[in-house]
Amino acid sequence: MWKNFPLFPERASALAWQVDGLYFLLVAVSAFFTLLIFLVIFIFAVKYRRSAHPHPVQIEGSLPLELAWTLIPLGICMIFFAWGSLIYFQEARPPKGAMEIYVVGKQWMWKFEHTTGQREIDQLHIPVGADVRMIMSSQDVIHSFFVPAFRVKTDVLPGRYTETWFHTTKVGTYHLFCSQYCGTDHSGMIGQVIVMEPTAFQAWLSEGGASGSLAANGQQLFQQLGCSTCHRSDTQGRGPNLVGIYGKPVLLDDGRTVTADENYVRESILNPGAKVVAGFKPIMPSFQGQVSEESLMALEAYVKSLATPQQSEPAGNRLPVPDTSKTQ
Amino acid sequence: MATAVQTVERENYLNSTYGIKSWLLTTDHKRIAMLYLVSITAMFWIGGFFAMMIRLELLTPQGDLVSSDTYNKLFSMHGIIMVFFFLIPSVPAVIGNFVIPLMVGAKDLAFPRVNLLSWYIYMLGAITALTAMVTGGVDTGWTFYTPFSTTYSNTHVIGAAIGIFITGFSSILTGLNFIVTIHRMRAPGLTWRRLPLFCWSNYAAALIMVLGTPVIAITLLLVALERAFNIGVFNPQLGGDPLLFQHLFWFYSHPAVYIMILPGMGVISEIVTCFSRKRVFGYEFVALASIAIAVLGFVVWAHHMFVAGISVYSALVFSLLSYFVAIPSAVKVFNWTATMYKGSIRYETPMLYAFGFIGLFTIGGLTGIFLASLGLDVHVHDTYFVVAHFHYVMVGGMVMAYMAGLHFWWPKISGRMYPEAWAKLSALLVFVGFNTTFFPQFIMGYMGAPRRYHAYPPEFQVLNVLSTAGASILAVGYVLPMIYFLWSLRYGELAPPNPWNAVGLEWMTPSPPPTHNFDETPVVTWEAYDYESQPQEEVTVGH
Amino acid sequence: MATSDLQIAEHNLQHHFADMEQQQETSTFGMWMFLLTEIMFFGGLFTAYLVYRSSYYTAFVEGSQKMNIWLGATNTAVLICSSLTMALGVRAAQTGKPKLMVVLLLITILFGLGFLGIKAVEYHEHWTNHEFPGPNFHFETGDPAHPPTDPQHTEIYFSLYWAMTGLHALHMVIGVGLVSWIIIMGLRRAYSPSYYSPVEIVGLYWHFVDLVWIYLFPLLYLISKKHG
Repeated sequence: MWKNFPLFPERASALAWQVDGLYFLLVAVSAFFTLLIFLVIFIFAVKYRRSAHPHPVQIEGSLPLELAWTLIPLGICMIFFAWGSLIYFQEARPPKGAMEIYVVGKQWMWKFEHTTGQREIDQLHIPVGADVRMIMSSQDVIHSFFVPAFRVKTDVLPGRYTETWFHTTKVGTYHLFCSQYCGTDHSGMIGQVIVMEPTAFQAWLSEGGASGSLAANGQQLFQQLGCSTCHRSDTQGRGPNLVGIYGKPVLLDDGRTVTADENYVRESILNPGAKVVAGFKPIMPSFQGQVSEESLMALEAYVKSLATPQQSEPAGNRLPVPDTSKTQ
Repeated sequence: MATAVQTVERENYLNSTYGIKSWLLTTDHKRIAMLYLVSITAMFWIGGFFAMMIRLELLTPQGDLVSSDTYNKLFSMHGIIMVFFFLIPSVPAVIGNFVIPLMVGAKDLAFPRVNLLSWYIYMLGAITALTAMVTGGVDTGWTFYTPFSTTYSNTHVIGAAIGIFITGFSSILTGLNFIVTIHRMRAPGLTWRRLPLFCWSNYAAALIMVLGTPVIAITLLLVALERAFNIGVFNPQLGGDPLLFQHLFWFYSHPAVYIMILPGMGVISEIVTCFSRKRVFGYEFVALASIAIAVLGFVVWAHHMFVAGISVYSALVFSLLSYFVAIPSAVKVFNWTATMYKGSIRYETPMLYAFGFIGLFTIGGLTGIFLASLGLDVHVHDTYFVVAHFHYVMVGGMVMAYMAGLHFWWPKISGRMYPEAWAKLSALLVFVGFNTTFFPQFIMGYMGAPRRYHAYPPEFQVLNVLSTAGASILAVGYVLPMIYFLWSLRYGELAPPNPWNAVGLEWMTPSPPPTHNFDETPVVTWEAYDYESQPQEEVTVGH
Repeated sequence: MATSDLQIAEHNLQHHFADMEQQQETSTFGMWMFLLTEIMFFGGLFTAYLVYRSSYYTAFVEGSQKMNIWLGATNTAVLICSSLTMALGVRAAQTGKPKLMVVLLLITILFGLGFLGIKAVEYHEHWTNHEFPGPNFHFETGDPAHPPTDPQHTEIYFSLYWAMTGLHALHMVIGVGLVSWIIIMGLRRAYSPSYYSPVEIVGLYWHFVDLVWIYLFPLLYLISKKHG
């Protein structure tokens, strides 16, 4: 029933239950207080109507009551605060080894790239039972990646990466919405998230026309753009050696220290003068306008793959089924 | 006390001088309030027309009534007009302008010419914004998020932004006038603790107007400069940070929500006491709650940005503070309810609207708690849940309070009574229509329907149709008062000075008041809402 | 003098005030509220400046090195002097010396115009160096050996420089207009010790605008190469 008139969204991620639990609690508490206020007003309005109660009794107020209805709601609110924050913290911390998907939002479509090289538009195929981390950036305006069934939403910003993650629990096809207004065809910037059985997902992966893994494409770009002439894998280069650098702290020439995360790598490609590594000169030219968001993501994947040089496959494709590396 | 006959021949602010010039060059706060009333009513209908078009478009999921560009302009212009040109000036500039000097026993606001200037600035801003809309419209949403508004939109963003920029100064000047008036112009004996709560809440709102509005002004100016000169401050392609815009925008626009609701709360405090014939329960707490809301309102802005890419820890702090700001609102609701306890309650129209306000504001406030909760906000942010929430506060709250106030002070403003039966009918229609329109949107929002969608998945259609049906009822509920208020100007019964037998200086002068408000400066020797010593009327006067 | 003082007071007492004292207190209080608004108005720009300065310090240092510190310092001195003459002018109005007031305010205006003139010279220099947002916006250090490290964010520095000093200059222009109006009214003997609040509130405004510059000068011109 309710096939054409559902009143509640599907639950397809591990976190959805928690969000719903908090929601139900809030609905219950809100309903209680709303009914309480309505009921009390109704009783007062009837009992103390002019004809029945012509002479009002003046009451100044009551400190205990004021304290009670200040502190009790505050106490209840703190429960919501704690629970809500707990969920938010989980959403903000993707587990290590989650499968990574690169997302580019543009007016008005979603582009997805799997680390294994498959590209999709407005459709995302992922396996069930997997942790999936989305690394997202926008080519133009702010978009927002929203999958109601997973209860996740994160704005997709131009000029930087944002991330979100979820653990899929249920096979099915779910709505993907852009929830940040982005212009003319905002309501057309929708798509589907297709959660598949792992075996079906493997089958889908192998039939897809991937031309080499993302990191391999990135390596190619690294050569083509001439990055490799300075960023050599020894100490002789004019730029820092990138092997093993990803995820590590980096000392800058102005004394600050930053972590070489996705956003730092991005900034260093597009605006190299902003945070120069200590001991190097600010000689690298900017690649702003020369590399597309997709190429940037390939370069990111390559730099990440350098962090763990012993593996041929970039880190983090933890699929429920082994033997994923040789599908192409 | 005074009888109805007395008021007929008296010179009052309406008949002291005649002619268009005597209105356009007036410095009388009561006439300026009327100028505002006419202008914001016009804006209300323009904004309402856009709302109706939005609702009609959403009857079907395909988006077939208007094109997506038109739809985007409709909701943008609906938001801009309703927020900046109707809600913000509604209670303060109309009712506050009229009533505050009367309430504090002054002959006028502190700066009468500045008051007139503020109306002209408002009109200049409104005309600028309307010109931008007529010549092509604007499609950025009322929030003007960058870089869409600065780089990608092809519509008249600069015109709309400048219109709002200009109107901001009218809001600043009104707020400044209120603060100074309440500080310096109170009648002898009218201490802060005897001040009507309407003054307290407008004072709190005025603080936000003075301190918040300049920030949105400079922000929109930067948006206009960005569009005109590519200054790069908000443009990520030029190294700017689009989130900085959101911070600056919400630094004003969240407190602006309290500019919109605080004066409405003041109206409700006046009405609940009057129609319960009781002192307000916990006067100090209601008064201080207004100030607490104004102060806390300034430190919660980033709760609009929980999914925008701010750090986890700042989200945590802003979530906590958002709960804090909810508490004073709850305190007010409890105190109003307690005021009715052992009162002597009448059900005239203003009181019906006040009931509606308390109920709908309670729902609006409680759903705000959902949005303050981080984990839940991630899911419902930018969905119809948010749309429903702020309409419960803005329309269910502020517009209800505005209507309540208009009915309550209409006899004082016009010297005539409105037709009570019609008014009760319209109050009922507004309540029913409002809930039918917006309650389904909570459900739709939790299901994940994103806001600002021109076309939507078919499973949301039933709820959308319900919403549109409710909107039609709501429209009737708003058209009726427009008709009978105009009707009453000519045919309404003459109003006595104090038709509700209420306490307050504004009721101690004839209806309508003389140009200088009081023949003699009143001296206050009683506490606020002193209904104990106010004699109970024997028969109901005036209707 | 005493009778005319009384007449001026009576003439200027607005109908809704009880006495001159209430009127004067009210207008001064109103001006302070207005200045609060102004602080928040500039505050938005200062916030934007501080956010970018802390993130892109090097770029801001490079931009700051293109500022002419001597012209900036001269302007600072000019404004401080103008504040002094303004304060003395208000004092003259208060003590019933209208001629002295007019002279002092004329000097204030001259200082104000001097500031704007020097600012115009600086603006012209930036304009010719393409340090102005628009189609030809382009930052060069002027030293081929040291190309700009982060030109994008230095350009944001210049955008903010123009927005902040431009807004300040606009306030100066308004201030010069207001002081001129006070001078004209002063020549007509409009003020007296019991009625000089227009002089006082224009004075408050003038000091505020000067004060903004006192913050703008170090923030824009004197950024140290060392971080912090």
